[in-house]
Amino acid sequence: MGRFWSLLFLLVPVLGVASFAVAPFYNHWLPHDISQHGHVIDHLFYFILWLTGAVFVATEVVLFWFLWRYDSKGHMNPVKYTHGSHSLEIIWTIVPMAVLLFIAIYQMNAWAASKIDNPAAGPDGVFGTADDMRPMLEVTARQFEWRLRYPGLKAEGVLGTPKDIFVVNDLHLPVNEEILIDLKSADVLHSFFLPNVRVKQDAVPGMKIPVWFRATEIGQFDLVCAELCGWGHYKMKGRLTVESRADFDKWLEEKNRQQETTHDPQLAEKKDSSE
Amino acid sequence: MTSLTVDTHGHADAHPPAHHASFLSTYVFSKDHKVIGIQFLFSTLIWFLIGGLLALGIRWQVAWPWSDMPVIGKMLFSGEGGQISPEFYTVLFTMHATIMIFFVIIPILAGAFGNFLIPLMIGADDMAFPTLNMLSYWFMWPAFIAMSASFFVEGGAAKGGWTSYPPLALTDWDGQTLWLIGLTFVGVSSMMGSVNYLTTIIQMRAPGMTMFRLPMTIWAMFITAVLQAFALPVLTAAGFMQLTDRLLGTGFFIPDGWTANNSPMASGGGQPLLWQHLFWFYSHPAVYIMILPAMGMVSDIISCFARKPLFGYKPMVYSIAGIAGLGFIVWGHHMFVSGMNPWLGMTFMVSTMMIALPSAIKVFNWLGTVWGGNIRFTTAMLFALSFVSMFIIGGLSGIFMAATPVDIFIHDTYFIVAHFHYVLFAGTAMGVFGAIYFWYPKMFGRMMNDRWGRLHFLLTFIFLNGTFFTMHILGVVGFPRRLADPYHYETFRHLQPLNAFMTWCAIGMVASQVIFAANFLLSIFFGERAGRNPWHANGLEWFAPSPPGHGNFDMQPIVYRGPYEYGSPEVDTDYYPQTQPPPEKHPTDAPAKSPEPAVAH
Repeated sequence: MGRFWSLLFLLVPVLGVASFAVAPFYNHWLPHDISQHGHVIDHLFYFILWLTGAVFVATEVVLFWFLWRYDSKGHMNPVKYTHGSHSLEIIWTIVPMAVLLFIAIYQMNAWAASKIDNPAAGPDGVFGTADDMRPMLEVTARQFEWRLRYPGLKAEGVLGTPKDIFVVNDLHLPVNEEILIDLKSADVLHSFFLPNVRVKQDAVPGMKIPVWFRATEIGQFDLVCAELCGWGHYKMKGRLTVESRADFDKWLEEKNRQQETTHDPQLAEKKDSSE
Repeated sequence: MTSLTVDTHGHADAHPPAHHASFLSTYVFSKDHKVIGIQFLFSTLIWFLIGGLLALGIRWQVAWPWSDMPVIGKMLFSGEGGQISPEFYTVLFTMHATIMIFFVIIPILAGAFGNFLIPLMIGADDMAFPTLNMLSYWFMWPAFIAMSASFFVEGGAAKGGWTSYPPLALTDWDGQTLWLIGLTFVGVSSMMGSVNYLTTIIQMRAPGMTMFRLPMTIWAMFITAVLQAFALPVLTAAGFMQLTDRLLGTGFFIPDGWTANNSPMASGGGQPLLWQHLFWFYSHPAVYIMILPAMGMVSDIISCFARKPLFGYKPMVYSIAGIAGLGFIVWGHHMFVSGMNPWLGMTFMVSTMMIALPSAIKVFNWLGTVWGGNIRFTTAMLFALSFVSMFIIGGLSGIFMAATPVDIFIHDTYFIVAHFHYVLFAGTAMGVFGAIYFWYPKMFGRMMNDRWGRLHFLLTFIFLNGTFFTMHILGVVGFPRRLADPYHYETFRHLQPLNAFMTWCAIGMVASQVIFAANFLLSIFFGERAGRNPWHANGLEWFAPSPPGHGNFDMQPIVYRGPYEYGSPEVDTDYYPQTQPPPEKHPTDAPAKSPEPAVAH
């Protein structure tokens, strides 16, 4: 029976690797990346996947081999009476530590680029100067919709004027431009998740959190809420449309015109959200 | 052997006077650690069943959203015409996690096995504080009642996730208040257990039982008790803060001008992130509270059935201590995308990477223990080996989440669901099954059926991998957790067939536990009678009768060596119990005066 059980344990690495090898062919894999920074995250994912994959296969195969080889049936040798090995302990402490430290340091730049190097500070890297970057829009999450507020057409990119353009769930962004979003929440926690852009950031009531990225491909994509926000969490769905600058401007003008004709941003929102 | 002259602790002949055995004091309000342990075991196994059924509800909804549940659907959800409502779906995953963590894993490890094994394995007649011990069990009952009752109050049970993040958790459901009250009782119960375990292990070890002769199970329980003692007060305090936020309007976790569900505007002044820090300051160490004891028990089982000393005893002890120490400074890795200062995220990333190290050391030492052994594939051994095999997966998948940029993508997806189920179900629960098969003869004096046990193992092992390994794949696609209908999003629409496959595996996994339940219950009455030491193991618990009577040992055990002397050249048998006096030496030699060679070097 020992042989049978050993082989069962061998199935773990075999089927484990097989399922990861087959998954991409059925499109059960990372969603298509349309961001400028996404390939760094994907590269890191693949790097860790290969590394952990190698350790996974090695340790599982060693476990299988020991079970197969040292099965008490048909194995008459006396057991190796040992309490351990000082040098082995040192090796398998130092080597993984070095690898883990390497991974830790290797990823720091990617993290900084996504979450620390806030472009709002502008090219000089200092907040509060004239060249500070203004947010493209403000996203306010609430149960169970995304409220988007773009600066008015003649407001020169300043949010908070009476000319602000309000949209619900329909996020439009120009392609190949640095996007800066102010993320807020009106009620509970939400999470702003664009799978194709490799962006995820919780929206926290009482906080204004900057989110930045650059989308490099035209198309329509999902905007997902990734933090439990109540019974309707599953339907808090937005749509991301990445389009050329010209199309984006046209869309914004159209939204502005709709809003001007209703003269009531609240009404316009309600109309948009009644899907 | 019976000489009491070496009884350095002076408790050997201080057995509590025999109770006049009324049924109530023997089986219900018992102060005997073994009875309390078995009470914990039965209670937690029943909750394990309930938690598992809730999980099937989750799986049903994710595989076939809004479809009528066969047979029981009409009974449970008649209002919705037999389908799960999105609101009830949030209850399902909240209560599944709550029950599995607070009513199953923590109490089955510390409550059931901690209670049963600690005095037996260190050679004590009972716990240091038997009354406190009894209370630690009975304090679970208000929690059981509060959580059960919460399903029937207005608005239903808690539905803010087991993490109960405010402000969502503060919106007005009575179930959440009961949830917080229940949690407080669980915390007090664990606290009573942990002071008891610490005192007992420090004060009541048998003569000759030095700290470095303790079995890994006891070391793990000891360090777990330390973790609980230091981390639990924070959770209890946080729970009270949320309770006063809900009931008294204190606003610890509510920002200025906050309002939801048309509620009146709150006084505010608080911070939602504060809860996350406090919650994870407990709940990350709690992750180790949920795995370390299983690691200890698995180490004992593997050494016993490999018939070989545990490889690297001291490194194993140090790595448990290392996990516990580092465990206090990694909580922020649950909050990488929470809006916490990203520089802090960087710090937590480094400490999180480092905590993978002691886990790796433990895996290598388990492999070293199996190497060159004489392996017996008993049911307990199969479960213990599967713990190692599965823990490798759960440990390695953690590195993805520890890498902050990758975590941006996989945070709150099924990748994390896969990760913690590999650690907690495929790891801890499999370890617990192994421990039940291993110590059952000591608990009930009878053996569980090994043939049915191995079938139970085979089916559980296959189905659990079918259910949980595939979750990694879902996570790679970005499939978010906690969505009542994930196919609302185009990105995830093609994943439904895979989810259906996983649900079938989950149904198979729960169904396989019928074999276990039958084996467990029937063996109490019909199992083959077990002797004192059916596995030819070394530990002190096997020196006591099966099942041990009141006061545990019929002779004072004296310890001469560590618990892992299998295959020792000093004796002819392939095991060498801790209590067996060394050959060629006068048996009355006081062990304190003639120290034996240490187990490990």
